[in-house]
Amino acid sequence: MLGKLSWDVIPFDQPLPMIASAVVALTILGVLAWVFLAGHFPYLWREWITSVDHKRIGVMYTLLALLMLLRGFSDAVMMRSQQALAFQAPGYLPPDHFNQVFSAHGTIMIFFGAMPFVIGLMNLVVPLQLGVRDVAFPTLNSVSLWLTATGALLVNISLVIGEFARTGWLPYPPLSETAYSPGVGVDYYLWAVQIAGVGTLLTGINFVTTILKMRAPGMSYLRMSMFCWTSLAASLLIVAAFPILTATLAMLTLDRYFGFHFFTNEAGGNMLMFVNLIWAWGHPEVYILVLPAFGIFSEVISTFSSKPLFGYRSMVAATLFICIVSFMVWLHHFFTMGAGADVNAAFGIATSIIAVGTGVKIYNWMFTMYGGRIRFATPMLWSLGFMVTFVIGGMTGVLLAVPPADFLLHNSLFLVAHFHNVIIGGVLFGAFAGYTYWFPKAFGFRLHEGWGKLAFWLTLIGFYATFVPLYAVGLLGMTRRMQHFDVPAWYPWVLVAGAGMIITTAGVVAQIIQLVVSIRQRAALRDSTGDPWDGRSLEWATPSPPPVFNFAALPHVEGEEPYWSIKQRAREQNRLRDEPEYEPIEMPRNSPTGFICAFFATVMGFALIWHIWWMVALGALGAFATFVVFAWRDKPEYVISAAEVARIDRANRSARREALATYTGPRP
Amino acid sequence: MTAMDVRERDPYRIHGGHGHALGGPAPIRIVVGYGFWIFLLSDIVMFSAFFAAYAVLAGKTAGGPSGAELFNLRNVAIETAALLLSSFTCGLAGLAVTARRSSWFYVAMTVTFVLGASFILLELREFVHMVASGAGPTRSAFLSAFFTLVGCHGLHVTAGLLWLLTMMAQIFAKGFRDDILRRFMCFSLFWHALDIIWVALFTVVYLLGASR
Ligand code: HEM
Ligand SMILES: [Cu+2]
Repeated sequence: MLGKLSWDVIPFDQPLPMIASAVVALTILGVLAWVFLAGHFPYLWREWITSVDHKRIGVMYTLLALLMLLRGFSDAVMMRSQQALAFQAPGYLPPDHFNQVFSAHGTIMIFFGAMPFVIGLMNLVVPLQLGVRDVAFPTLNSVSLWLTATGALLVNISLVIGEFARTGWLPYPPLSETAYSPGVGVDYYLWAVQIAGVGTLLTGINFVTTILKMRAPGMSYLRMSMFCWTSLAASLLIVAAFPILTATLAMLTLDRYFGFHFFTNEAGGNMLMFVNLIWAWGHPEVYILVLPAFGIFSEVISTFSSKPLFGYRSMVAATLFICIVSFMVWLHHFFTMGAGADVNAAFGIATSIIAVGTGVKIYNWMFTMYGGRIRFATPMLWSLGFMVTFVIGGMTGVLLAVPPADFLLHNSLFLVAHFHNVIIGGVLFGAFAGYTYWFPKAFGFRLHEGWGKLAFWLTLIGFYATFVPLYAVGLLGMTRRMQHFDVPAWYPWVLVAGAGMIITTAGVVAQIIQLVVSIRQRAALRDSTGDPWDGRSLEWATPSPPPVFNFAALPHVEGEEPYWSIKQRAREQNRLRDEPEYEPIEMPRNSPTGFICAFFATVMGFALIWHIWWMVALGALGAFATFVVFAWRDKPEYVISAAEVARIDRANRSARREALATYTGPRP
Repeated sequence: MTAMDVRERDPYRIHGGHGHALGGPAPIRIVVGYGFWIFLLSDIVMFSAFFAAYAVLAGKTAGGPSGAELFNLRNVAIETAALLLSSFTCGLAGLAVTARRSSWFYVAMTVTFVLGASFILLELREFVHMVASGAGPTRSAFLSAFFTLVGCHGLHVTAGLLWLLTMMAQIFAKGFRDDILRRFMCFSLFWHALDIIWVALFTVVYLLGASR
């Protein structure tokens, strides 16, 4: 009746996961109880859960990302403290548990921390920068969000019910086959990632279509902001790469569930094929993450240098170059697996060449700053920290791209330091820059600068203190994923890395305090005009937060930096543009389709993990029924009256008029 | 004010508007069709991964039967004919939609359904037969890859049949409404794409396999 499910699968005898999950469960129940008792649920349901507004979806993605980053971070704290205690000693995490922790850490950080963060910011900003009212498929967008949340939920359920994979963030066979991983851990991984992956694929399709087909009048490709370009490149990569992930995981699933022989050791299976396929997705994936971050840095550096982006066209070219070449380097992840010297050399060269595209960008950012009036606000600090840090990460990457060197460094802590160097220093710093930069756009008030700067410095120092020792100890031969070790020469470095974690933790705390303080002081931090940073692209032409329809009238774009030119004209003539002729606007209605669909996906995923077949059928039926009900609606849109549009726009215009009257900066 | 009036008065609405590129967002029909094309592309990428796996494993019979021993080209030829014909009738359904002739639409769609269902039945019969004779997907890596690649296409056709029925019900309940027409356009794109994949599959798996 309940498949493999029974009371034995709940780890009552292991205090650590029990306490952790009890805390999580109590927190969730507490929040839910508060929501229901205080009567917030109808509001949440109406305005958020069922929302198809790209801005709200973006905010929810980002919230999911922040929560999952915290979860992944606590795993990281456990690993570093375990190693600090495990010199010639067992430490406090038994091997079985340690393996689950590093697997969950990687999976959560990549799929449910970094990805939703990047996609959340894309959601919030891209339609605004394109000067349109929403994405191409708003309801599908909500489906994407909730499917991603389903994946995150499944991974976290594994904490209490059953176990998580012990196979790392990419479950290499034969270890991940039933013969060596008979439990449900790998199944949790497979279904969580598979379901979230479908959500991501839909996002990719949605954004490719949005960016290519829905832009404000006059916005030709070469007038799009850099962030739109990098989001386009990332979305194209999603469309081209995620189906490979889907197929690969499906093959492993068939091996595990029905005894197929794709990757097994016997009957002709080929385990190296898994490694090839997973990295054919995996390497593009790292650029799916980092390209949007590059876009964010471009926006931030240009805004806070008060200059147009230097070499805009070369930036576009570099982005597309990276987009294409990222599909031609995957083998550098397994130079040691016997492809032979010639193949290794070819991929080593291709890998080094990809760094050229990134190099172009770094120079462009430096020239953007050169001669500019730089303002060192928090988003700019994250960008500067990124430029230094990422160059180091890129250089260690090029070092790893040299096959003979990689033979020594592969799977060592040097590799671990490399990819944290690029992912934290690139993706995460970018996400934090975007978070502080666009927060006022989303909520109408800025984040507290003092706490933000503190958080930046602590995180930066904490990062170096944690990962520079890992480079060193990797060179000394320490391999990754060790539950304990006996080599005295490694011990001091491991201790320093552990201490670095304490500083990083302080950075995390500072970031949380920043949010709390900012919410409490929101009146003082209010952004009344919608343009708190003296921005240059179209999102700053809207009020903060923007109304559902974004623009009272779609802007007409006449060049690069569309908002900057509008603003300069206003400053020149000392008056705003004429009021547009207000007209009624039609917007898509909210819909619970995404949420209900994800509900059934959760049921189905859980049932598949535990082999509860009737429940699988029920979930599939429910999902299909949801789609049919959605397809049957008659009125997918509603109309906002011209008077309402005028009221909202006029309020913002008067704030801007006031700002213009008191403007004292340089005039064109 | 009805939605239609708004459409006339606000040429730059998100859903619609005139022109493209420099004229603002493309009309919704274009956006939907374009998005669906991108989806089809992603689907084809997924199939490519299965094709690649098949190519790698095609010779790995682990002492079990090979394609030449298993494939019955006559059966496959009938399958192919059924599927290609169904694409033709799906095209006819499209013409019926353009002409707003609902009776012809139902007839053409029904024929499409019958052809598609026969394809699936023939495929299932082949599968059952193979499994019964000890050549199931667990026998060898080659057979794992074969069942997965062909079965994935079969699943797509099955999903297409479900969609087809839903589509007929929709036209029945809602008539030739704009949004329904767009959905039908996506359906026919999907159905034709399955044909294209089948042609590749037929060639790579059955024709090449039978000669090996
Ligand atoms: C500047 C260009 C880069 C080069 C030349 C480069 C090179 C490499 C090489 C050769 C490896 C394999 C090392 C080994 O397994 O022994 C590797 C691993 C990795 N890199 Fe990079 N990389 C670059 C940028 C990036 C970026 C931008 C990201 C992410 C945003 C990234 C994330 C990763 C990850 C996640 C791994 C390994 C994960 C694992 O094995 O579990 N790299 N890199
Ligand atoms: Cu790579």
